[in-house]
Amino acid sequence: MAAASSQNSVNLRSLSCELGLLNKTDGSALFSHGNTSMMVGVYGPAEVRLNKEIVDKATVEVVFRPKTGIPGCAEKAMERLIRNTCDSTILTTMHPRSAMTIVLQEVCNDGSLVSCCINGACMAMLNAGFPMKYLVAAITAAILSDGTICTDPTAKQEEEATAILTFSFESVNKEVVLSSSKGMFTVEQYETCLLVSCDCAQKIFNFYKTSITRVLSKDVKFMDLNIAKKSKEVE
Amino acid sequence: MADHSYDFHFVNEVVLPGDIVAEKVKTKQIVVKKIKLKLGPGLRMDKDNIIAYKCGVLREKDSTMFWIDNDQKRYIPVKNDKVVGIVTNRGGESYQVDIGSSMASALPFLAFEGATKKNKPQLKIGDLVYGRLSVANKDMEAELVCTDTNGKANGMGPLKDGFLFTHSLGLTRKLLNPDGAVLKVLGKVFSFESTVGLNGRTWVNSNSSDHTILIVNAIEQSEYMTLSQIKQNVHRLAEGMRE
Repeated sequence: MAAASSQNSVNLRSLSCELGLLNKTDGSALFSHGNTSMMVGVYGPAEVRLNKEIVDKATVEVVFRPKTGIPGCAEKAMERLIRNTCDSTILTTMHPRSAMTIVLQEVCNDGSLVSCCINGACMAMLNAGFPMKYLVAAITAAILSDGTICTDPTAKQEEEATAILTFSFESVNKEVVLSSSKGMFTVEQYETCLLVSCDCAQKIFNFYKTSITRVLSKDVKFMDLNIAKKSKEVE
Repeated sequence: MADHSYDFHFVNEVVLPGDIVAEKVKTKQIVVKKIKLKLGPGLRMDKDNIIAYKCGVLREKDSTMFWIDNDQKRYIPVKNDKVVGIVTNRGGESYQVDIGSSMASALPFLAFEGATKKNKPQLKIGDLVYGRLSVANKDMEAELVCTDTNGKANGMGPLKDGFLFTHSLGLTRKLLNPDGAVLKVLGKVFSFESTVGLNGRTWVNSNSSDHTILIVNAIEQSEYMTLSQIKQNVHRLAEGMRE
């Protein structure tokens, strides 16, 4: 593992996240990996369209909006990936016959767009208080022409790469939730990518924890009935 | 819910979905006093563990009640919650009322104090009502009534005039908390009526619209303020009004 890390660049670009920027949504997040950033708004549990209603669980919908133009086939395929990942994390049986909608607005694309979408969606869902089994973190890894592996590639690195793999992991047992690949690679390369990505996912989970704790620190202070009473007793 | 003893971690700390909040304590000793454990929103049982399914702050009361406090905006109906709704439609036997959840709720024509077939309150589309949820579960349409369990109105019913605004569910709990300060401080300076619905909707009415706007602003701003800050803010607003 250490050897794999030393010869490949396993660094993530700087992560940033702002929660609750949109006030008409139930939850929102602006998530960035370096220059790639996504604005995510989520709604739910909300009223569902009759033809999409599922009797025993909630319908998860994902809408991807590109920066310019109308979404095409590639965007629809991406929506599908994100939808399947989010669907597995949400406890959909808790809100049957309702809709959980995730709207992803591309702000800037500089590579690793799918992972940025999934990570942003996860933060927005946390902000909205969706019932979730675990958190998810997605990582894109690119295999460059000289065989080295580069995690969280920029758009330029993605262009030069022979293969691009995207993995997503869950936070409890660190198991794979999503695996998507493009291009040619060997089994060994796939396995190395998987291991390296799992390492990076842990960094993202730590980032989630710190940013959520920072946002909720206000609530920790002001929402506790017990603390309010205790301070009274002291007075 | 459970007769075994559980060992809770993270009380008054931030928890994330999937975090194991408590494990069953394996002791061979006979448990002398069985305690009934109550799990509130955000916690679920999975085999021997209690797991969080929402992010927020874990709270406890008397070591028997545990729940997760979070500041979400979407309301999820719970039985016996008192909510403020907006009439959206009129059916054959009931009104349809929007309470901000995923489905509209039904308010039967006769679910008011002293209502009879000939004499019942007439509501129009867009009117506000303050009522209690008599049926609320995930598989059925919610049902609203404007009487308590003894058939008395007890303050519930249509809301006339006034102003309705929406806010997060966290602020609702703060307003309804007996130790909550905003409404008390405001009450010393202005005379007004207010109704706080658990669905994140608050209705305010006072003698003039100027006062109503001021009260609404004071309530909205109070979410993350301490008692002294609230007092200062209310007096500052009140002084600005007099000038």
